[in-house]
Amino acid sequence: MAVPTHAAAPGQATAAPALGLITLFRAVFIRDLRVGLRRWTDASNAALFFILVVTLFPLALSPKAEMLRMLAPGVIWIAALLATLLSLHLLFRADLEDGTLEQLLTVPYPLGWMLLAKTLAHWVITGVPVVVMAPVLAITYHLPASAVGVLTFSLLLGTPTLILLGSIGAALTAGLRGAGVLLAFIVAPLMLPVLMLGARATDLALAGENVTGPLYLLAALLVLAISLAPVVAAGAIRISAD
Amino acid sequence: MWNWFFKLASPPHFYALAGKLSYWLLVPAILLLAIGTWGGLILAPPDYQQGDAFRIIYVHVPSAYLSMLIYVTMAVAGAIGLIWRIKLAHAVAASCAPIGASFTFAALVTGAVWGKPMWGTYWEWDPRLTAELILLFLYFGYMGLRGAFENLTQADRASAVLAIAGVVNVPIIHFSVIWWASLHQGPTLSKLEAPSISGDMLWPLLTMILAFTLFFLGILAMRVRAEVLEREVQSRWAQDMLRGASPVGVDL
Repeated sequence: MAVPTHAAAPGQATAAPALGLITLFRAVFIRDLRVGLRRWTDASNAALFFILVVTLFPLALSPKAEMLRMLAPGVIWIAALLATLLSLHLLFRADLEDGTLEQLLTVPYPLGWMLLAKTLAHWVITGVPVVVMAPVLAITYHLPASAVGVLTFSLLLGTPTLILLGSIGAALTAGLRGAGVLLAFIVAPLMLPVLMLGARATDLALAGENVTGPLYLLAALLVLAISLAPVVAAGAIRISAD
Repeated sequence: MWNWFFKLASPPHFYALAGKLSYWLLVPAILLLAIGTWGGLILAPPDYQQGDAFRIIYVHVPSAYLSMLIYVTMAVAGAIGLIWRIKLAHAVAASCAPIGASFTFAALVTGAVWGKPMWGTYWEWDPRLTAELILLFLYFGYMGLRGAFENLTQADRASAVLAIAGVVNVPIIHFSVIWWASLHQGPTLSKLEAPSISGDMLWPLLTMILAFTLFFLGILAMRVRAEVLEREVQSRWAQDMLRGASPVGVDL
């Protein structure tokens, strides 16, 4: 048995573990993708909810083309935010209940890496459908092609940030029963900058102006979220797993 | 010195100390409030543009300043509690939240009241008002998360993590809101900065800021005292004190 124990000498305890970080990261990522796709109703609910919310606005307000065009950036971004909030509770809860997270806690690498892999897989399952669906819905809102491109790109940059920020809240509330609304409430204020920047970038594209500013800022927030959010979420998971 | 520090962190000593501290903070706070109110409402001249309406600044600015200061205090206290596992720090963080939310609410309401004569509307999506509103949501989220846990240790640690995540986000929210507003509306309404305020308007403002800060610290001492007692209610010193065996639990 080559399993290092707590009683092992310091030199032995830091000996190279059997699996490399990248191998393990990929294993967690693929495992989560597989689990997510097998529970496909959960995954598709987010995308269906996104479409539903976008559909509500023309019905409630007005189907006039010029009005829809004006509303499109905000409506599609709000719908993407709501769809993200709706599916966040799936991120860690099942793994906390069946003990998977406790296994990950014993991995000899920073827990943040494992959570980043999980969050990335969650984005592929719930975020990517939103990004893919957005241009189709934008066309039904009579958005010109140039703005559709910017909208899709801003969602591509923004949705992973939303999910990474949300992973902090999901980790904090993983052990709580029926914390869905609370989870949405604690993470939504943190997500507002992403919403503002994404919707505004699309607005600028619609007005034919330069959109690089907000897109750069969105990219900066994504980098910041990738580097910080998993660390904070790891701290939160340790609390929830207590 | 460390001895003193550990003594401070021990609940019975803190309980006794906080009782005296709240008294010594609240008395000067109320005196300064009276002086600042008198200076602001009576001595200071009316503004040449805003008339008497500007006087709400003496409540609005200290509230807005404290709403942010308290959030940072809460996050720092939470971080101290997380890092050094000091329960007292968590008690401080927990006690900050309702006070901070109250000051945020006060800043929003006074801002709205001020907005009516100045801008002609109670609510304008002005960057500062918007950022303040988001801050209120952050406080509510913090209190909601605390309340959701049954285990006190978990509640302390989880809410501390949320407060720290929030404090990192506050500058981002602040700047993105300013940037958002600068694109969204004309530059007519965002002239909130007092252009070089004159001396007889300034000193009451500074007095009020000091008074509000002392008031916050005094109320905080009272709340932390109650929080400590609630957490320690099963302990020997608290039981003794509540039975009246010894008036403050220990003597300082």
